[in-house]
Parts: sequence; structure tokens; C-alpha cells
Amino acid sequence: MPYDESVKEALSKKGAYGKDIDIDDYEEGSKDSGTVTDLESSEYRKYMEHVGVVADEMNRSGTLMFLNNTASHCSPKVQEGLELLSLSKALKVHEGLKDFMWNAMDPAKDKFTAKTYLEDADGFFIRVKSGYHIKNPVQSCMLLSQNKTVQNIHNILIVEDGASLEMITGCSTVRHANDSLHVGVTEIYMGDNANLTYSMIHSWGNKTSVRPRTKCVLGKGSNYTNNYVIMNPVGNLQSFPVADLGERSSATYNTICIAHEGSEIDTGGMVNLNGAGSRAEIMSRSVSMGGKMCARGRLVGNVPGVKAHLECRSIILRDGGSTLAIPELEAHVADVEMTHEAAVGKIARDQIEYLMSRGLDEDQAVSMIVRGFLSGSINGLPEELQREMDAAIEQANLGD
Amino acid sequence: MAEMLKIDNLHADAGGREILRGVDLTVEKGETCVLFGPNGSGKSTLLSAIMGYSTCRITEGSIIFKGQDITHLGVDERARLGIGMMMQRPPNIFGVKLGDLVKAASRNPGILDEADNFKMGNFLERDINVGFSGGEIKRSELLQLTAQSPEFLLLDEPESGVDLENIDLIGEKVKSLLYDESGPVSVQKDVSSLIITHTGQILDYIGADHGYIMKNGKIQFCGKPLDLLRDIRQNGYGE
Ligand SMILES: Nc1ncnc2c1ncn2[C@@H]1O[C@H](COP(=O)(O)OP(=O)(O)OP(=O)(O)O)[C@@H](O)[C@H]1O
Ligand SMILES: [Mg+2]
Repeated sequence: MPYDESVKEALSKKGAYGKDIDIDDYEEGSKDSGTVTDLESSEYRKYMEHVGVVADEMNRSGTLMFLNNTASHCSPKVQEGLELLSLSKALKVHEGLKDFMWNAMDPAKDKFTAKTYLEDADGFFIRVKSGYHIKNPVQSCMLLSQNKTVQNIHNILIVEDGASLEMITGCSTVRHANDSLHVGVTEIYMGDNANLTYSMIHSWGNKTSVRPRTKCVLGKGSNYTNNYVIMNPVGNLQSFPVADLGERSSATYNTICIAHEGSEIDTGGMVNLNGAGSRAEIMSRSVSMGGKMCARGRLVGNVPGVKAHLECRSIILRDGGSTLAIPELEAHVADVEMTHEAAVGKIARDQIEYLMSRGLDEDQAVSMIVRGFLSGSINGLPEELQREMDAAIEQANLGD
Repeated sequence: MAEMLKIDNLHADAGGREILRGVDLTVEKGETCVLFGPNGSGKSTLLSAIMGYSTCRITEGSIIFKGQDITHLGVDERARLGIGMMMQRPPNIFGVKLGDLVKAASRNPGILDEADNFKMGNFLERDINVGFSGGEIKRSELLQLTAQSPEFLLLDEPESGVDLENIDLIGEKVKSLLYDESGPVSVQKDVSSLIITHTGQILDYIGADHGYIMKNGKIQFCGKPLDLLRDIRQNGYGE
């Protein structure tokens, strides 16, 4: 197949951003890591819960879990209008699903998408049928338990016309799988007047490399919110999700991260405002504790009457790392309203001292301000993310 | 009476300029002192120096509090020793809720129930000082101080910008910080205070033992607070 040939060539194509990674340094993760029938008694429970995936499934509409490259858990019964399957199973029952495969995402984009394509990677398939509102979040969990391996995931998420879904995805390394690579391709398709909140919380090892690739295509009048939280040390992570907006649709990205010493984080995202009256907001809040942090954002206004705002704010708590904010606005027509704000620096001394004058010590004052800085700007952050964030801030000894 | 605060020949810079030029001041335990002085004379800077804010750099002299030299102590240590301040212009703190700070400042777990008495019940979920009006800032500062219940109060113009209706609330709340009102008559507590005022309105609610006038970074006069106030009203601060 000539198509496959061009994808094979892409295997040597570096990612557009972030440091290059030699995928051959990693063995393919196991497609035979076994199933987890009961989440509550699972040995992986604590890792799941650490990234917001609750084992008792209270207030959850369903759970999907991947262990390395194995679909190890999928809720057998879910509410009407919702479909949860592994992608490999879904392809067997849905003839039409082929058309969604590698439609939003170009497999030849870079070596990571190419690898995922050529490995024929499995992942989740989630579909919300037209008109259905899924009351509680669906959760998915990606765990990496083998050192020196690559986890390759390909997800497809479809929210049909008038449907709505909240999704929480937690990703983590388990035990000694520190020096490993996570590649997750997620293609999201939203119809007209659909709503999706997609929240990701990541917790990796300090040597782990992470390369998510996410693309969302929206119809008319739909709303997409993408929350991304990483609070713990990571080796190097690069992520740049893209959304294409139809008429009157909107996209909101909230990224919250801490770059610890030794971590390299390159995050952000891009929104193409392709439909009249579409709206976008990209918000990034990061704290550098001696790590390397790059916050990107790119808004592209392709039609008149669009409105978009981009905000990158970083606090530097410790020297030793670097912080780079790259806000980009690109307009192809005159009638657009696109703005950005970027700020990098330390916490104002008068704010810290004000809290200290109420009896808080410096550490407590700094933590309180940082917590407010990271979470304060985002409305409706899922409770689990907020909780994990608080715990991580607690642990991080931000005031040192 | 025991000395609570003793300031000796205090010199301090702010914004690269000498603002305090040899301040001497003693406040006894349980004593209320008011500080007058023209705009820009260094009154707020003096309070910042006592609280330990780093906007103000002490170059000479000393501050003794309860017998301990606190001239170079951190802000939090001073707060824990019992000093509490109402700032003239406190900073905005985005993302931090007023209620969280009030809770953190108090040993009393029920403190948030007090907020309504300060007409601050609806502000507990708001970011500290962000978008607060002048009068709201005063009430918020007083709520925080009440949470702390300090032994030494530094109040920077508690009544300025407060409307006639709210002035009562402010006055009464300041009074409860200084007086024990549980009995049939209010009894002065062992709380000392240094209060900056231009109008002296706060003196309708509390008694004051001494008044001082600050000019050009020094305490130039002392006297009975009401006498000083009358004199300032009639003759201004001079030159
Ligand atoms: N951080 C600073 N940078 C520059 N100048 C400063 C700073 N802090 C204080 N000053 C200056 O020091 C002088 C005294 O200021 P301060 O705030 O103490 O006056 P004040 O007596 O409280 O006046 P007011 O009655 O107007 O409140 C003023 O001229 C002020 O501009
Ligand atoms: Mg002043």
C-alpha cells in the first residue's frame, strides 16, 4: 500500500516540538498483560486512584483500562446511548468505524503517530449516540508497567449530534516502569450541538517520555473543553492537541502543570477557528520548580467574526530551569477578535507577606498562592482533578 | 504598666529613599495610641516597619516587642508574637479565597460563622481583595484581624472611605478587638493598638490614651488625642 509506505517514512520524522526520542530504544509493550475484572481488588488500584480513576466506579458511567498495550478492563454494561469497547473489538462490530480511523489525525504527522498506525495499536472506542446526555463521567486509565517499553494507544471518541459526555483519563506508570514511553493518539469527533469535557491527569516517573497526540473535530454549535493536569515529576513530555471548530462551536483548553527539577514539559495547543462565530480560549498555568517549561498556544482565525483568547502564566519558584511562553495568534481575515496575555515571573513579595502577616509561614503562604494560581482560573474542574492537584501541591513543598 | 512596643531611633528606606528618619515611640500594654500626620509623612511606612514588610528596609534603630528585639524578624514570626495589621492598601491575591485565609488565620474553627457579622458572608468564596470596594476591604481586614485576635493592633485608617452606615460596624468591630464586652460594662483588654486616622472618627467608638503627629518621617508632637485633633482642625499641620 503506497499509504503505508509514506507512513513508514514518517517513522523517522521528528515531532514538531519537544526533544527527539528514539522509539527503537523501547520494546513494544505487551499486548498480553492480562485482564483486570475487579477494579477494587486490583493491585493497580492505588495507581488508578492517584490519577482520578475511581475503583468503586461511584458516580461513573463506565471504565476502560489499558495495561501496557492490553485492553484489560471494559465495563460490561453501561447506560443506554453509551458505547464502550476496545477499539479492536469495535472495529469488528462497526463496519463504518473504518471511516473514522486516521481521519482526524494524519498518521504521517510524526514518528509517534506513524508508530501507532503501523503497530495497529488498540485503545478505547467511546460513542455517545445522538441526543443522549451521559450523566456521570466515563473514566479511562492507561497504565504502563514494563520498563523500557512503549505503550501505544489509539483512541476514538465520538459524541454525536446533541449528545454530551464528560470524560476523565488518568495515565500513570506503575512500579519500576520509570524509563518508558507513552504514545497516545486520540481522535475525537463531535457532531452538531454536542458537548464534551475531556480531562486528563498524568502522573509519570521522572524518566518517562510522554507523547500524546490529540485531535478534535467539531460540527456546528458544539462545545469542547480539554483539561490537562500534570503535577508530578516526568522525564519529558510534549503535547499539542489540536481542535478544528465548526460554526458557532467553542473550544477551551486548560493546562495546569508543575515542572520539577529534571522535568521537561512542552504543552499547549492549537485551535483552528474555521466556522463563523466560533470561539476559543487557551489557558495555561504553570509553575517551574527548577524544571524546563514551555507553554505554547496557537489560535488561527480563518473566517470573520471569530473570537479567541490565549493566556499563558508561569510562576518560577526555583532557579535552575527555564520557562518559555509562546503565544501565537494567526488571522487570515480582518474581522477577528483575538488577544493574548503572557506573564512569567516570581510571586509578588507583598502577596506572600500579606498572608504571612496572618500567621502563615512562608511555605504555607506560597502553597496557598500557588494553589490559587493553578486552580483559580478554571471553573468546573472535576473534583478528582482538584483533589489530586491539592495533594500534589501539598507534597511538592513549594515554599522551599 | 509594661512596655509592649518600644521603637528607638528608627530609620527606614522605602523605594530607595529614606522615609523614616529617627522615630521614637513607646506603647504600653493595653494602651491605645493614634497617629496623625499629613499625607506622605511616613505613617503607613512606620506600620509596615513594625509588621516587617520588606517594602520597607530598616537601616538604623530598633523595634522591641514584648521585650524581644524584632527589628529583623520575619513577618510571620511577628504575627505569631501577636502583631496584627490592617493595611491601607492590601494586595489582590488571585485564586485564593478570603474564607480560606480567614480559616488559616484562626484557631477558632467556627470563625467563618462570624463573617455575616462583618457583612462578609458573601465574600468568603471571593478572591482576596480582588474587586473589593474601599469599605469592603476594611471589613475584610477586620474579619481577618478578628480571626487572628492579635495582642497588638496596627490599624491604617480604619474608617477612611467607609460610608456613614458602615462606620458603625467598623467602629464596633474595632472596639471588640480592644474591649471585653461580655459583661455589663466593656472592659479594656490587654490589647494595645496604634491607629492611623485623619478624621478621628474612630475615637467615637474607642478611647485613646495618646496621640502623636508624624511629619517628615519623625514623631514631632504628642498629646491628648482629642486636643491634637482639634488643633489640626484649626491650624492644619503647619507649613
Ligand atoms: N515602596 C515605595 N516606593 C516609593 N516610595 C514610597 C514607597 N513606600 C512609601 N513611599 C513614599 O514614602 C512616603 C511616605 O509614604 P506613607 O505611605 O508612609 O505615607 P502616609 O503618611 O501613610 O500617607 P497617607 O496619609 O497619604 O496614607 C510617600 O512619599 C511615599 O510616596
Ligand atoms: Mg498611609
